[in-house]
Amino acid sequence: MKEQDFARISERLNGISRRDFMKFCTVMAAGLGLPLEVAPRIAAAVTAPQRPPVIWLSGSACTGCTESLLRSSHPSLEHLILDLISLDYNETLNAGAGHQAEAAMQASIAKNSGKFILVVEGAIPVKDNGVYCMIGGKPFSEIVRETAAKAAAVIAIGSCASWGGVAAAEPNPTGAIGAPEFLKDKTVVTIPGCPPNAYNFLSTVIHFLTFKKLPALDEKGRPKFAYGRLIHENCERRPHFDAGRFALAFGDEGHRKGYCLFKLGCKGPMTFANCPAVLFNDVGPGSWPVGTGHPCFGCTEEGVGFHLPLHVQADLKYITPGAAYPHIVSDRGKGASVGAAALAAGAAGVALGAGAAVAKNLGKAGQGSSSEGE
Amino acid sequence: MQEREALGGKVLTVPFKVCAAIALIGLFFIGKRFIFGIGSVSNMNDGYPWGIWIAYDVVVGTALACAGYSIALIIYVFNKGEYSPLLKPALMTSMFGYTLAGVSVIFDIGRYWQAYNIFLPWLSNLHSVMFEVALCIGTYILVLWMEFAPVMLDKFKADQLKARLNRIIFVFIALGILLPTMHQSSLGTMMLMAGHKLSPLWWSGFLPLLFLITAVVIGYAAVIFESLVAAIAFKRPMEMHLLSKISALMPWLLGLYLVVRIEDVNLRGYLPLAFEGGLLGNLFLLENLLFLGALLILAYPNNRHSPQLLFIASCAMLLGGSMYRFNTYIVGFDPGTGWRYFPSVPEMFITFGIIAAEVMAYLWFVKTLPVLPKLTKAQHT
Amino acid sequence: MKIRRREFLKGVAAGTLLLAAEQNPAQAKRARKDLPPKAVGILYDSTLCVGCKVCEHACKQANNKAAEHSIPSEPLWDDPRDLSDKTLNIIKRYGVEGQKDSVEGFAFIKRHCMHCIDPACVSACPVSALLKDPENGVVTYNKKACIGCRYCQVACPYNIPKFEWDSPFPEIVKCQLCSHLLAKGGISACCAACPTGASLFGPVEKLRLEAKRRLGMEPGKYYDFPVADIESTEVQQHRAGGYVKHVYGERELGGSQVLYLAGVPFANLGLPDLPEDSYVALADGIQYAIYKGMVYPIVVLGGLIYIIRNREEKKE
Repeated sequence: MKEQDFARISERLNGISRRDFMKFCTVMAAGLGLPLEVAPRIAAAVTAPQRPPVIWLSGSACTGCTESLLRSSHPSLEHLILDLISLDYNETLNAGAGHQAEAAMQASIAKNSGKFILVVEGAIPVKDNGVYCMIGGKPFSEIVRETAAKAAAVIAIGSCASWGGVAAAEPNPTGAIGAPEFLKDKTVVTIPGCPPNAYNFLSTVIHFLTFKKLPALDEKGRPKFAYGRLIHENCERRPHFDAGRFALAFGDEGHRKGYCLFKLGCKGPMTFANCPAVLFNDVGPGSWPVGTGHPCFGCTEEGVGFHLPLHVQADLKYITPGAAYPHIVSDRGKGASVGAAALAAGAAGVALGAGAAVAKNLGKAGQGSSSEGE
Repeated sequence: MQEREALGGKVLTVPFKVCAAIALIGLFFIGKRFIFGIGSVSNMNDGYPWGIWIAYDVVVGTALACAGYSIALIIYVFNKGEYSPLLKPALMTSMFGYTLAGVSVIFDIGRYWQAYNIFLPWLSNLHSVMFEVALCIGTYILVLWMEFAPVMLDKFKADQLKARLNRIIFVFIALGILLPTMHQSSLGTMMLMAGHKLSPLWWSGFLPLLFLITAVVIGYAAVIFESLVAAIAFKRPMEMHLLSKISALMPWLLGLYLVVRIEDVNLRGYLPLAFEGGLLGNLFLLENLLFLGALLILAYPNNRHSPQLLFIASCAMLLGGSMYRFNTYIVGFDPGTGWRYFPSVPEMFITFGIIAAEVMAYLWFVKTLPVLPKLTKAQHT
Repeated sequence: MKIRRREFLKGVAAGTLLLAAEQNPAQAKRARKDLPPKAVGILYDSTLCVGCKVCEHACKQANNKAAEHSIPSEPLWDDPRDLSDKTLNIIKRYGVEGQKDSVEGFAFIKRHCMHCIDPACVSACPVSALLKDPENGVVTYNKKACIGCRYCQVACPYNIPKFEWDSPFPEIVKCQLCSHLLAKGGISACCAACPTGASLFGPVEKLRLEAKRRLGMEPGKYYDFPVADIESTEVQQHRAGGYVKHVYGERELGGSQVLYLAGVPFANLGLPDLPEDSYVALADGIQYAIYKGMVYPIVVLGGLIYIIRNREEKKE
């Protein structure tokens, strides 16, 4: 990282110190599940003057994903990222509106064709030729298709953009679908959640900027560092589950003691996300649904969030077995100790030896007389 | 009637002292067992709840103690009175063997202070094979002591008592033939319940019959073995005339056993297991080869007159029969789910201690009580 | 006279042996036993079980059993590896990772006393320490009668009874279906605690019908599943799993009052393939054939007494 690059950033960020900046880069590396030695590379990428633009499109959305990003309690982070990614178009944050905003977007796309990142927020309604979401007179579906064709990478932020989310809840009257399903030929990174954790998005972008490629994705396009494990596997209430301590009703003794919420319908066992590890809003431990005492409803997971009733018990999809969980068969009992084996062998030897001696003796004596009995 | 005399001589010989030492070590571990529980001295576990205390001390031990039963069968049922000289020593070893088997049971059962529950009629489970075995063995121990009592009464010159006993002794003799027939076969029936936990090489509907036959075979083999060893140890003449006549019975019994044993495994389709080269297959082969070997030796009259060959054959029968019974209870038993068992050192010392105590008792009795037949002047060397 | 008697005896002896040898012992089985009139039991559905082990915890509480530490190096609170003198009910795991209730994945199984309809332990115990209740069929243990011979451990085909090896005053330990709670009108602790309804208590007839209903369910569809007690109204909605088409415990060794359903083959879960005829029936049958009413033994004893007495008298 060059000195003048850092100075420029620092000025923008109310004079952030070099140390605090490096701390931020280290935290980013840890969040990505990367070794801490990567932090300097992140620093270089973040401070580099060339930063790709981002076009942020919103469809059938509630704008919660944008708000989630803005709600990091770390103002310097928010500013930094907005600076970092040169947000050229975002309907919530645009300075202008109407034709000027549209023109600015087209200009940016034309200028940065093949180099910009497309972020899709909200679902894409496709029924009746996409008439249920029109922006500037054009169907959203058309806008997405045109823009995605020229983008370097597509990130779907939020469950709606990832697989339809609340917009696609039954009976899905607008035919809302997620970006991956819509853009079948493109690799779409999905960051599901309602809203997703801001850091999942930020870390993905920083990874792309630092290494010029996307982090490892699962078969649904989700970054594995964030969506690789079930909530059930990371949950701080898991020991209660493993010991069978459940809250049976909201407000009962178990609930107040912080017991597992499985019996109240927590979908943690069938939902992939890192909420219990990363938490929300940087306000301290317990700042996630289960931590506050409400069962997880599986907002990231297609087929769970906005689909299964809140009270229905989750299926247990996968487990990470504890080392102590007993197997059907385990080695038990005591085999031969050295002493026992030696003793047994010794006794057998003595018996055989004595037997042989007697037999030999009898061989000699047999030639002699034998008693006539009575 | 045969005249008997005490052997005389020093009781506290070196062998006696060695046995005493072993018995004392065993006694120490017995103490530990009673204070700290069975688990503190034994490797028995929930997969192998019966260890060598049952499989050897009781199951094999009582068979070794069937010397009296086997001789009584011949003398009283088949009316061959000429074997009488062999009776009292056989009865004595039977008495010790069964008594110590009973003592082993007391050491082995966990709630020994309630052992008398076996005799309470309102608790009796008539369906239980073990109930029958326990009652039978308990009664038989009494019978053996009663049958041997005349010898002890002789020593103390209690002639009137002896005469009274002799008037009713036939009841005990009859019981002494019925009871072992019952419980030795039932020792086999006990393992029927093990079902799929017992290897098909040993589990069989014929377990009761095979256990009975092995008890009789081991009984006769023990008679021969003990007679020959006593002759060598105490420098007495060998009773070859009787021993070779007894051994003439053996080929028939051994043949019957081998036919039933092997054909039963074959008819159930498990004979190939014997040749798979695993531990169980090899043990099965070894058991039966030992019996076959004894059969082949004893089939020839000349062999039956050779003390050496008689001894070897009797050892083969003792080993083969003991192995069969031991394998049925332990080695062939596999409850599944990963359990293993091998006796621990204290456990083995308790068994060795019991055997040592038996040897000590034998030496003491044979030297102080009129057990062995009186030798004629010509036979005294 | 003497010769004839000898021949006679030889004949009898030979005949008995031949008879014993020829007769197929398997035919000596006695008749199968029936389910007691008010039999209660447990239906365990492995596809519903999430391995939370609350049933283990509730069982230990209800039966006053201590925690168990199986791994000395790992300071875990209560981690039994198997049933033991402190653990009357255990959940075990088949498989390591992967999808639940698939052969390549993992599944759970709950093991405890099966409360067999023809219990081997009850037949084996010489002092009637293990008894099957004639009404509800629960197999209970009475430490005042027990002599600690452990034949029940040898006889039980499922290796259920455990022994207190480390106690100088040991008892046999096994699940007794919380008979002390049943007596007060309750249900077994494990079923009362189970959150998903995997462990379900109730009359065996009803449990058998429920098991059949589940085998007929369409995998993937949501159904109502009763929780805790089949006779209560509490239900949970679950997606039906893919069941192995067999109710384990319905016929094995004469049947048991604890029934199992699973999504993976039962052999994988440690429930062996067993015949319908119990070994107990065979052993009982053989014992009865010989010792029925003690007729044969008394006859033989009489014969022996006669022979021996004559011989003794002749000698004098």
